Amino acid sequence: MTQMIVNGLVLGTLYALIALGLTLIFSIMRVVNFAHGQMYMLGGFVVYYLNVVFGLNYFLALLGAIVTVGLVGVLFEVFLFRRVMRIAKREENTMLLAMGTALLLESLAYVVFGEKQRGVPPIVDGVLEIGDAFLPLSRLLVMALSAVMIVALLLFVQYTRPGRAMRAVAQDKEVTYLQGVNIKRIGMLGFFLGAALAGAAGGLLVTVFAVNAGIGTAISVKAFLMVMIGGAGVTAGAILGAFALGFAEAIGYEVFPGSITYLLIFIGIIVFLLIRPQGIMGRTA
Amino acid sequence: MTPKYLRLATVAVALLVFFAIIPLAFSASPYVLNVLTNALILSVIASGVWLTFAIGRINIAQGAFAMIGGYATAILSTRYGVSFWLCLPLSGLVAAAVGVVIGWPVLRLRGVYFSMISLSITEAVRLAFLNGGEFTRGASGIINIPRPDAISIFGITLVPEFDGTSPLPYYYLAVLILTLTLLSLWRIANSRLGWTFRSMRMNEELAASIGVNVAKYRVIAFAICCFIGGVGGSFFAAFQQNIYPATYTVNDSIFAMLYCFLGGLDYIAGPMVGAFLLVISFELLHPLQQYQPLIYALLMIGFMLWLPNGILSLPLFERWMADTAPRPEEGGRAEPAGAVSKVSSTGRSGA
Repeated sequence: MTQMIVNGLVLGTLYALIALGLTLIFSIMRVVNFAHGQMYMLGGFVVYYLNVVFGLNYFLALLGAIVTVGLVGVLFEVFLFRRVMRIAKREENTMLLAMGTALLLESLAYVVFGEKQRGVPPIVDGVLEIGDAFLPLSRLLVMALSAVMIVALLLFVQYTRPGRAMRAVAQDKEVTYLQGVNIKRIGMLGFFLGAALAGAAGGLLVTVFAVNAGIGTAISVKAFLMVMIGGAGVTAGAILGAFALGFAEAIGYEVFPGSITYLLIFIGIIVFLLIRPQGIMGRTA
Repeated sequence: MTPKYLRLATVAVALLVFFAIIPLAFSASPYVLNVLTNALILSVIASGVWLTFAIGRINIAQGAFAMIGGYATAILSTRYGVSFWLCLPLSGLVAAAVGVVIGWPVLRLRGVYFSMISLSITEAVRLAFLNGGEFTRGASGIINIPRPDAISIFGITLVPEFDGTSPLPYYYLAVLILTLTLLSLWRIANSRLGWTFRSMRMNEELAASIGVNVAKYRVIAFAICCFIGGVGGSFFAAFQQNIYPATYTVNDSIFAMLYCFLGGLDYIAGPMVGAFLLVISFELLHPLQQYQPLIYALLMIGFMLWLPNGILSLPLFERWMADTAPRPEEGGRAEPAGAVSKVSSTGRSGA
């Protein structure tokens, strides 16, 4: 029982990092970053190569992953999304572009990284005992790091000038534009932060679960589920959705064998959407 | 020639080519026929997706419904000895029934929300078959699915048994299925139903306000899409004679959409053009096979950047397409940096 709560908390915190990145890009650009899971995968591989292959310190490797994946996000925004969003007559176009970027990252990863599973050894050794539950210290560290990043992001969005501009763009793009905010720069910043969060999540979780080139879709699906539970584009919703999914997974894996858990989660979510299509905190469209 | 007759002539020539010339020319080359059969049925599956685009939903679930159709055929024919000719429509109906049950709640979602949940459906269905126990045989899948048997009425054999010596029967069946699919879609698109769908794509609220039962019609469109997907899946199950939970993945669902886009969403023939172009060019570029997803990805991105309305929107094809159903100008002027209006219905005029 305690073990279930501990696992749920750890998963929820890490998932929140993934969901926040997706929701951030969505709220600012009105684009679903279908490549989110692939960016996560890229983050994991960057840490693996820097830390395990080149022997760099883990924390520097993590920083490297955050910056690399963030820059990939910026490149996507500047060279692809900006143009397609300008010329698109249909919403479908940006979405298909987003899927194209997902497929691009994944197939490139297969070519460059191969099909092998890659893992990074735990950062610290030792196990913490809480009641009758066990919590490896490295998981605690990963959880703490991601909690720090989440808090830092929330503070940034809440109290800084660019953060305020981002929130303004999310509310109303035109009016923000009329107030003299550089919309393009905010879009770039949003994509950078969103992608960087995915990279950070990948870099942190690679110490817990191994990554492979094909893991992206599964992660994206998880991110979508969290955002749908909480409501797209709402920060608090993303965190709520992440913990909901984290606990559902932790409980499911304890009670049911294998991948039935996810099947039940899917069914649960479809039923949930029947009652509340906009998610727990989402505004009605 | 007026565009109408030009199009009729094109259709007649296409039918002649597919039913007579290709079989004659390639009867000694099973490889070519297999590739074409593949392209034909992929066109069918993608045509279903085209219909959900027609109601303004981005459907990334078609792989799931092809899989449901495939498993329906596999289970019915291997376990209950049902003839393939019954399995084919039944599989479509099973897929459509599942489509109605799932579609009824999830079709309330729009835009990005719908595409996110439909992608999740592809994953969910894969997991369902993986965990189906004895019923679906899990990861080991179902093998030895029987070939289509003979059809005879009063002792007269109408269709001989598919004995597997030549892929020609499969090829003919595939051409027939695609022809029927395109004909039905053309019929739908030009009927009251088609205009209802179009009105929903433009603006669902407006359609509802003039008395269209939006909830009903979107389920109808989705069910037809799933039916077509199920029939395609059923064909593939009998064609390849096996099916596994890994037979259809999210990528297959995305590719079905890609075919639609490549050909052009405004044209019924779009999915077919897209599927043929990609499938055949990949056979020609055989050495590049291992980079297929990479090239598909680049194509997808390139098309969105430079040819967002598909191949059939090129001036070259203008005469054929000149008087297809008139489409009022939509979307209006793009907003600065192209923001999609907060209400996710695509038809809202910007700014």
